[in-house]
Amino acid sequence: MSDYVIPSGWEAVIGLEIHAQLATRSKIFSGASTAFGAEPNAQACAVDLGLPGVLPVLNEGAVRMASLFGLAIDAEISRVSSFDRKNYFYPDLPKGYQTTQLARPIVVGGQVTITTGEGKQAREHTINVTRAHLEEDAGKSLHEDFHGMTGIDLNRAGTPLIEIVSEPDMRTPEQAVAYARKIHAIVQYLGICDGNMQEGSFRVDANVSVRPEGETAFGTRAEIKNVNSFRFLQRAIEFEIERQVDLLETGGEVVQCTRLYDPDRDETRLMRTKEDADDYRYFPCPDLLPVVLDEATIKSWRAQLPELPDAKAGRYQSEYGLSAYDAGVLTASRATAEYFEAVIARDGADPKLAANWVMGEVAALLNRLELEIGDCPVPADKLADLLERIGDGTLSNKLGREVFEALAEEGGSVDAIIEARGLKQISDTGAIEAMVDEVIAANPGQVEAYRGGKDKLFGFFVGQVMKAAKGKANPQAVNEVLKRRLDGD
Amino acid sequence: MSLTNDQLQAVAHLARIAVEPDWAEALRSDINGILEQADRLDDPRLNDLEPMAHPLDQVQRLRPDEVTETDDRETLMAAAPAQENGLFLVPKVIE
Repeated sequence: MSDYVIPSGWEAVIGLEIHAQLATRSKIFSGASTAFGAEPNAQACAVDLGLPGVLPVLNEGAVRMASLFGLAIDAEISRVSSFDRKNYFYPDLPKGYQTTQLARPIVVGGQVTITTGEGKQAREHTINVTRAHLEEDAGKSLHEDFHGMTGIDLNRAGTPLIEIVSEPDMRTPEQAVAYARKIHAIVQYLGICDGNMQEGSFRVDANVSVRPEGETAFGTRAEIKNVNSFRFLQRAIEFEIERQVDLLETGGEVVQCTRLYDPDRDETRLMRTKEDADDYRYFPCPDLLPVVLDEATIKSWRAQLPELPDAKAGRYQSEYGLSAYDAGVLTASRATAEYFEAVIARDGADPKLAANWVMGEVAALLNRLELEIGDCPVPADKLADLLERIGDGTLSNKLGREVFEALAEEGGSVDAIIEARGLKQISDTGAIEAMVDEVIAANPGQVEAYRGGKDKLFGFFVGQVMKAAKGKANPQAVNEVLKRRLDGD
Repeated sequence: MSLTNDQLQAVAHLARIAVEPDWAEALRSDINGILEQADRLDDPRLNDLEPMAHPLDQVQRLRPDEVTETDDRETLMAAAPAQENGLFLVPKVIE
């Protein structure tokens, strides 16, 4: 988390436009595949290429997915929506217009709840969504040198998108990132977008303006385009707030413009100003009729809604006794929640212990290896095996970590690792008593000092016993026996 | 509404059409004729009507989400003036 603070006396106003690629099999207006990574133009059919005489036919899957998003954020699903043409010339847009929804979007309104800060600093905010509309993605321009020409790959052309437009309800970069993460989680829970930001499946534009604290009118805004990670989103908005406040404090003014964030230089750069902004000459698309949805269809889609992040986090608190913060972390992504739920599906599993391990060891391992939880080298069932061995006293937490490292590095089964490495915890009271007695006999000076009131020496004895047991003694049993022997006699 | 010469030039630029000076006046007059027709929609008697997205009183048919097109790149790219490695090549565009 960033500890960025907005310059004193100023307030930032932030709204986001998020483009999420819908996880349909085929394109929004054609039967070409949307699979990522195909040979260039192998998935661009006559409709995607905008060849003369072709007509678009709308994909039911795209309409359903957009509607599911609307239902998930408690928005109104338009019973009648329609498509418009947004006209501009660019080689990766072969038709010369993008088919989108301007006047009558499929999703209107809705809101999400975000939380910023932790513990006592935790604050909830409601962020309103203005609309979400269906549109088609453009192709890709490759500017590497093809003998001074530009290469065009139209595989992505016609991939369905929803553009989710928020109200300017956010006041800090942290809130903007929390909102973007929440939308990212929702589309993944719904299974309507894979959320892959590197591949461009989830792209964020940020509208940022600043105004003196207490002012109610909005300042002039800048739009930062195509930010492709949450960290960059935070940095780009921070930079933009600083840039605008600096301008205004030194007597300058903010010019409405579109900017690009450059992560290498950590700054936003001017793309174009409003003067040369495009005039898109929107008009209703004559090739597509109005889309009409009936109540029964919407009702059947509503029945498909899965448990969403907020509901899941609430259940983790009430059912498993997890803290609000832990429940929030575990439900922040669908993949993390699925992993956690797979671990606690084991009979007798302790959800709090599992939560600590998923947020602790598992998160640290993934961080170190730069992996997503779906690719975790210790799968959920192996972690469940491990936690079972901690639960039944075979392993201490410390030995458990050793087994976990072994699982991560070499795989194999938990019991085989315990056996092969002789990691079984010593819980046998007789064996521990013998070791305790040896330690007491070997350190008469410390025993006398402890009994004379130097309580802190207790830790020394624990350490000596653990050393004798090569770290494998059950710490609870060691404590009990030591207490009895030292304090009792 | 009637179009000024500057507006005509701006619209021509957006459409990427080069309008020669000796053609501009005739074109402006034609377009103004079209705009006059469109002005009839400002009739106050139409104020209460819901705008239509389409002249046909029908609704959009939806297609099942299935892949029906197979790779036909060779045919589809046959008419491209320039191509390489499966890419269409176009004059260099710089953002």
